Amino acid sequence: MNTTRRGFAAGLLCYALFQPMVGFAEERLDVVAPWEINSIDPVQAGHIFGRMQVAETLLDTDLKGNLVPGLATQWSAADDGLSWQFTLREGVHFHDNSEMTVEAVAQSLNRTLNNPGVLSQAEIESIEAVDGGVRISLAAPYSALPALMTHYSTQILAPAAYGEDGKVQELIATGPFRIVSLQTPQRLEAERFDDYWGEAPEIPAVSYLAAPRGETRALMAQSGDADIAFTLDAASQARLRMTPSVELFAEPIPRTVTVKLNAAREGFDSVEERRALSLAINRQGIARGVMRVEDAATDQLMPAGLGAWHLDGLGQPEQDLEEARNLLASQGWAPGEDGILQLDGKPFSVTLTTFADRPELPVIATALQEQWSQLGVDVSVNVGNSSEIPSSHQDGSLDMGLLARNFGLVPDPLATIRQDFGPEGGDWGAMNWNSSELEGIVSELVNATDESRKASLAHDAAEILHDQLPVIAVASYVQTAAVNARLNGFAIDPFERSYRLSELSWEAE
Amino acid sequence: MSRAISTTTLRLQRLLLQRFFQAGLVAWVVGTLTFILTRALPGDMAFRIAAGRYGYEQVDAQAAAAVRAELGLDQSAIAAYFQWFSDLLSLDLGRSLVSGESVVSELYHQLGHSLDLALMAVLLALVIGVPLGILCGLKPNGWLDRAALVAAVALRSLPPFVIGLLLILLFAISLGWLPAAGHGSGGHLWLPALTLALGLAAVSARVSRHSMARVASSPYYAFSRTKGLGERQTLTRHGLRNVAVPVIAYLAVQLVYLVEGVVVIESLFAWPGIGHALVHAVVARDVPMIQGTALVMGLLFVALNTLVDLITLYLDPRRRLA
Repeated sequence: MNTTRRGFAAGLLCYALFQPMVGFAEERLDVVAPWEINSIDPVQAGHIFGRMQVAETLLDTDLKGNLVPGLATQWSAADDGLSWQFTLREGVHFHDNSEMTVEAVAQSLNRTLNNPGVLSQAEIESIEAVDGGVRISLAAPYSALPALMTHYSTQILAPAAYGEDGKVQELIATGPFRIVSLQTPQRLEAERFDDYWGEAPEIPAVSYLAAPRGETRALMAQSGDADIAFTLDAASQARLRMTPSVELFAEPIPRTVTVKLNAAREGFDSVEERRALSLAINRQGIARGVMRVEDAATDQLMPAGLGAWHLDGLGQPEQDLEEARNLLASQGWAPGEDGILQLDGKPFSVTLTTFADRPELPVIATALQEQWSQLGVDVSVNVGNSSEIPSSHQDGSLDMGLLARNFGLVPDPLATIRQDFGPEGGDWGAMNWNSSELEGIVSELVNATDESRKASLAHDAAEILHDQLPVIAVASYVQTAAVNARLNGFAIDPFERSYRLSELSWEAE
Repeated sequence: MSRAISTTTLRLQRLLLQRFFQAGLVAWVVGTLTFILTRALPGDMAFRIAAGRYGYEQVDAQAAAAVRAELGLDQSAIAAYFQWFSDLLSLDLGRSLVSGESVVSELYHQLGHSLDLALMAVLLALVIGVPLGILCGLKPNGWLDRAALVAAVALRSLPPFVIGLLLILLFAISLGWLPAAGHGSGGHLWLPALTLALGLAAVSARVSRHSMARVASSPYYAFSRTKGLGERQTLTRHGLRNVAVPVIAYLAVQLVYLVEGVVVIESLFAWPGIGHALVHAVVARDVPMIQGTALVMGLLFVALNTLVDLITLYLDPRRRLA
């Protein structure tokens, strides 16, 4: 090899090495988060399309979870509560520049109705296009129906989005950003949609990348490859706090770690026993040691953001082993020779089932195992996958399950409460427990329209759940984000519906 | 000469035929094993698939029942197995249970990304490892040789995950030369490829060092020096080709490292390849995707081994005549 050729090769290598840096889009806003884009269908992956503001729903929420107009401007129920009418916004265009018609909206919603999802909670009989909007007819009144219309599975797509087989072929929606390229399951690129009905975003282009590892996301935020990185582990947060180009945000979200109890099982069938188990939990320890957030300790299902569903003035839950032991003794449990509690010669041995989709759950399970062993309760932990909890609920074999429940899937927690604490219990809620009082409250809430009456009912429902403990709350979640310091206007949406990219802007350099 | 050609053709035919049968066997074994293993995983299949599709919180008994009915999960395991096998014979890998896309089209995209990554890793490994090994082999036990040995041991004992993190810290955070993770522009390929390459280069460097040392101490090498060839001429005429054979042959053995590394590295760098897809398919119990991915990885392994055999056959005429 002579010198010229060698020089040429070296030059080529250098070019290849540094060429990619030239093309970095400075104005594009890059988001990185752990959630993969499973599909192009909003019924499956609409949470990403909603958060990136590509697709929109009839109703929207503000940062406090109040319903605000989206693609529908008004909504009202008939007097009997059996039909709802949603008036559509005029002058809305899909990303293929076709106009949004009432027929298109009805078609889109009917398709959602035929898939599993939140709409099955309301007994919907039909969704029809009427003059100026859509009418939804119900078999029974359901006051939370407008809240369901904020759920991502109800995003409105253009008729041209569907193929002949009814499957989504192309994501043609109405949001302020229009998809430029979509590579499932990892990447999405979108640009500003100039015909958007609302205020046009300042940011011209956005991208989304699913990065499953927390270390990766944090490093991308630190190096500037990501402008917003969601869900950061504790170690990375400490490092990012020292990075001047990055700002950290944290916001409690309505997701709670709960222990689901089989109330038909010996040991869980009285309130005293369930309260004893709750009192024995060192929630502060779990919050500090596992969740790494001091305020994460909670004994309530709902966080403070959810209005009357959260009971104020209860104070921090404290561990009280003495009281817990007394409560168990009052139910006839006495320590056996091996230190394990016994009742009628049978030991207090139970299995706690959990899953690893959320990495903190198995760790919390072992913490609970240790804390309950101090009471003399013998717990074995079974870490499987998330399907074991609903399927062993169905066949009745579950003792207790540890899970993370999102009460904010739709902004009205009633939808989740009704699903979880109905007469038959719920796959992710109560098991072999019911309260006629709670049923009465829920059925009144389903029909109620008066806001102050709704609030007092919600408060009563929250009190019943807090006193009766069909499920035990352990800790609440805090969403975290590392954000480029040059970005203005960022806030975490506690309901995780939208990243609100259209409201952000770059600071002038 | 004609005898030599006919033996060569014969050997070539035998090799390809052998590899062809091997590929068939691999396809059958991999398919059957993944089938049995996915069936043996704990938890209810319908629940698991529904969770993969709609997110686990949307999943209740009702959604699981809908999935069960749609996909015919009620049919017996044996019937499902024969169904899969007959589909495979007609080259139909089925559709992903999660995304609904055909497995072939998903694999087509992902495999492309993984091959980019693997090819770049092998090239980098050869560029880094072989020249270094040759330099060390020319002066065995010199300071360079000792330093390279330490580096090789260190790199090879670190898991690719750690090497990857260290490279991100160095090149993306401290120096800011390369993007930390993701894909889309050419720059994203460098760090994951380099991560894999360093592990490969560690071994390649040692193998080429030993090979070079052996060649350099051989009588024919000494003779070429004695007859008056310069150091460089000796190396290019009598050294390189002899050194290359074990290096290339050992690369085949290292492909295991590459396949295993791709799974970890793709997750770390958010690279949309086949290893990443396999991990997700296993979590979501997407049986057709698991079978398809494992099948392609298995066949790829056979194909690359065949390629390596052909290259060594080309490099080393003695093998052709033997």
